[in-house]
Amino acid sequence: MENIAFLIIFPFLAAFILAFMRRQTKLRSVFVFFSCAVVVTAVIYYAVTGLISNQTQSLLRETHELDIAMVIAEIGLMLLIVGYAVKYRKLLVAILSVAQTGLMLWLDFSGKNIVTSAPHILSDKLTIMMCLMIGIVGTLICVYAVGYMKEYHERHSTEFKDRSATFFALLFVFLGAMFGLVFSNNLMWMYFFWEITSLCSFVLIGYTRTEQAMTNAFRALWMNLLGGLAFAIAIVYCALELRTGDIRSFISLGNDTGVVLIPLALLAFAGLTKSAQLPFSRWLLGAMVAPTPTSALLHSATMVKAGVFLLLRLSPLFEGNLVGTMVTTIGGFTFFAASMLAISQSDGKKVLAYSTISNLGLITACAGVGMHEAVWAGILLMLFHGVSKSLMFLSVGAVENSLGSRDIEDMHGLIVKLPGLAFVMITGIAGMFLAPFGMLISKWAALKAFVDSNSMLLVIFLVFGSSTTLFYWTKWLGKLVAVVHHTHRYESKVKMSQWISLLIQAFLMIALCILFPLISTNLVEPFLSEMFHETLPPIISSGNMQIMLMMLFAIVILPIAVRFLTFGKKKKIVMSYMGGANAGDDRHFVDSFGEKSSVYFANWYMEDYFGEKKLLRPSILLSSATILVLMGIIIGGGL
Amino acid sequence: MTEAILIALYVVLGPVIGGFLSGVDRKLSARMQGRQGPPVWQSFYDVGKLFSKQVVVVNYVQDFLVGGFFIFVVFTGCLFFSGGDILLVFFALTLAAIFFMMSACSANSPYSSMGAQRELLQMMAYEPMVLIVAIGFYMSTGSFSVADIIKSDVSNILYLPGIFIGFIFILTIKMRKSPFDLSTSHHAHQEMVKGLTTEISGNILGFVEISHWYENVFLMGVVGLFIINSTWWSIIAAVAVCLLVYFLEVLIDMVFPRVKWELMLKATWLFTLVAGVLNLIVLSAIK
Amino acid sequence: MTSISKSPWLLHYDGSSCNGCDIEVLACLTPIYDVERFGIINTGNPKHADIFLITGGINHQNKPVVEQIYKQMPKPKVVVAVGICACDGGIFKECYNILGGVDTTLPVDIFVPGCAARPEAIIDGVVKAIALLQEKRNAMKLEAKK
Repeated sequence: MENIAFLIIFPFLAAFILAFMRRQTKLRSVFVFFSCAVVVTAVIYYAVTGLISNQTQSLLRETHELDIAMVIAEIGLMLLIVGYAVKYRKLLVAILSVAQTGLMLWLDFSGKNIVTSAPHILSDKLTIMMCLMIGIVGTLICVYAVGYMKEYHERHSTEFKDRSATFFALLFVFLGAMFGLVFSNNLMWMYFFWEITSLCSFVLIGYTRTEQAMTNAFRALWMNLLGGLAFAIAIVYCALELRTGDIRSFISLGNDTGVVLIPLALLAFAGLTKSAQLPFSRWLLGAMVAPTPTSALLHSATMVKAGVFLLLRLSPLFEGNLVGTMVTTIGGFTFFAASMLAISQSDGKKVLAYSTISNLGLITACAGVGMHEAVWAGILLMLFHGVSKSLMFLSVGAVENSLGSRDIEDMHGLIVKLPGLAFVMITGIAGMFLAPFGMLISKWAALKAFVDSNSMLLVIFLVFGSSTTLFYWTKWLGKLVAVVHHTHRYESKVKMSQWISLLIQAFLMIALCILFPLISTNLVEPFLSEMFHETLPPIISSGNMQIMLMMLFAIVILPIAVRFLTFGKKKKIVMSYMGGANAGDDRHFVDSFGEKSSVYFANWYMEDYFGEKKLLRPSILLSSATILVLMGIIIGGGL
Repeated sequence: MTEAILIALYVVLGPVIGGFLSGVDRKLSARMQGRQGPPVWQSFYDVGKLFSKQVVVVNYVQDFLVGGFFIFVVFTGCLFFSGGDILLVFFALTLAAIFFMMSACSANSPYSSMGAQRELLQMMAYEPMVLIVAIGFYMSTGSFSVADIIKSDVSNILYLPGIFIGFIFILTIKMRKSPFDLSTSHHAHQEMVKGLTTEISGNILGFVEISHWYENVFLMGVVGLFIINSTWWSIIAAVAVCLLVYFLEVLIDMVFPRVKWELMLKATWLFTLVAGVLNLIVLSAIK
Repeated sequence: MTSISKSPWLLHYDGSSCNGCDIEVLACLTPIYDVERFGIINTGNPKHADIFLITGGINHQNKPVVEQIYKQMPKPKVVVAVGICACDGGIFKECYNILGGVDTTLPVDIFVPGCAARPEAIIDGVVKAIALLQEKRNAMKLEAKK
């Protein structure tokens, strides 16, 4: 119990101290490294003890003092948000914040809250997995942020004020909130931490205080607050109608009678907004203006995972009812639509944002199916995606610092200009969609699960979405491996701490691919057996696992094998073919006037078919309509 | 043990059959055009000549990437013919195709780059159908494993007629035949010089050719999978159907001109939806 | 096995030809003459070609182009000059822009005169070029052994 409390409280303490370390000193960097080390140790200790004891723990029934502290904190949060809203004249945000906090306070004080007897903290295999992800990936991102923010402010010294103390403090506040969220069994506690993450996201997106940043920050805030409001209404409904206030009791109510449908729909809605599913995707796209560590930590590896975490927890309740249908339809549609939109983007972070939304859609769809196999796939997708995507974001950030641009077209020939970063990026991209890496394994399991559960619409979304996903990743890969002759190597402005973080993450990703059978048997399977009260045969057979290991091995020894196989012949380098008019450097040709003309081939973006102008509005309209109609039926039917 | 024998057979006989089929293709095309055509062993002469040429490259990574393509195509075929998981087989084929496309990207030349982008578009066009083939087999036999599929009681084509036709449609893309030979093509039908293989020459090009032979044998194997069942004479029927499909592909190649990428993408996806998805929906209703 | 003589791929380049010889070259590919039965393919890519078939004379503008294409062809390779313009400049020999035949720039192996050169003559020249290709290949092998 103590280590759980430590995990939640320590990051807040570290944040408090960091907030006072205003200047970029060695002391601050060391303190960040130290705090990260402490968090990692605590997480590993918790995971190991949790695995050894092999039991699900429900703890902490008596929380009177903590509840009072929480109420005070909630009021504080609301005042903070309303303050910002008034300063920037955003009425909607103020209304939403007051509404949801008001609801919670009313529930607290009106004495109708009769659910204090259930344990507030839940620690099972899923929390172990989430903690490992938050603790390890999250701290690696914080380590990276030290070097990155130094470089970032050097580059933008005239544009933005250096508020990196607040930045680092918020990163740790966020880590603490995430730990609190995944450990919460009590719905009000989970809501409290949920709101903290929304606020962190808001402040971090608006870090640079530019007009665009503030607009995007407020958009993120109102969408997340809308979800928070739904969460709050769900809590009130559960307390009043169902006499439950915690997740375990809620799930044990089961979905046979249909009493849970209304709060379930509202909680699902909250999850969908937090995970930026259509139609709530615009906030995540706008969040890309934030510095890269924010994008990596909040908007790919952890905060958006809070939404799908909730959905995965609730998944047994989704099977066979309209809420499940809503969740799977939105998830599947988002997977496909977001991957199409990613094709038309050339800004690296935008592609990553759409890819995140797309993969979250797939996890959402898996959770919504509500069956053992699908949830297995969903959990693994979540784990693999967290590691791979943060690696990608951090690489793009490093490239942006070194090249001055994060446009994919400017990464043409990166393997020559910045070979180290190029290799890291290639590993990251391969890990996102190629066999035999983890994301592919999870997608494979998801496909099988969709077919087994007879969800033909999901199968169509997955099948077409996979092919569009293939397109936008591979063309990025193509840009990276272009060998551009007669070009100079760029000076890599990547600090040692950033390299350590990147390399550890790349290594972690590959290790996960190799070790995932272990993770499946020891963490995922036991969790699922408990949740679904059944055991299923392994979804990916051991035979196939061995074959994939062979493939991984083959890829790794490929350079050596090719060396031996054939090409002992001496190779002569010649120019590329440009009809005989190659000016000599493969990038210019001699035109009909005898002058040198440059030639460059960009990737295909096909904006007429896959552009935002074409697809974004219809996608938002379709998804909004789906949610409105389905929620309407559910709530109307329940009342 | 039988798996090892099957793999060995594929590795040794695959290029022989593939090269022979490719020569037959050229002879047949010539005859359809009223010409004599080269001897059926011409493809072997071509590859032999390629291996005897001086090696010229545009950079030092393209041969490594072509090597990756070659190894993974052989891997795909070995996995398939030894009875492996058909979905994993298709994923491995995708991996191989990506290696090939990356070798073209690495060359940084105009024709290569155009070829690479078109190749990627082709991959995006046929990928849904390929996955639907695997799903179709799973739904009609209950297993993804090729070893189980060939033991079915009835030929799976009876359950998967739409998917079969859809597969033939994308076979035109995979075998690089008109109207869908946008990225690179067989010898006479060039558009952007040689597209993907413009900057590849000598023994590396020889390896590309051999990889294509392995790939064609594998694709014919998938066609045969629709026909094979637990009876012995179904193997003969499967071979006959494969030859028929091959002839059909050559005929389509000769009859149709190349189309633009927009038409290819739209037509393929539409066909996939109509032939493939409808088949799946009907199958999910009856099974 | 004499592979290279069974699969000679040719690259056809028009220097400053009037297109007469070019049409005759293309006629060789038609069903009447059908050079593909000898394994000959008309490829547009120097990196895939063994035989460099040039028609028309060399002028200032195409001299560097022809040299570059020749350099991009892997060995063994032969050059065939088709038509009298490619052999020595033909009727355009006195023009201010024409430098002369292909031999002003590249080492020509086979000369096929004619205006326009007939398909039979072109095929004859190419067959001789194939034999030469085989000789060059044998020489290359001996070189490599040393």
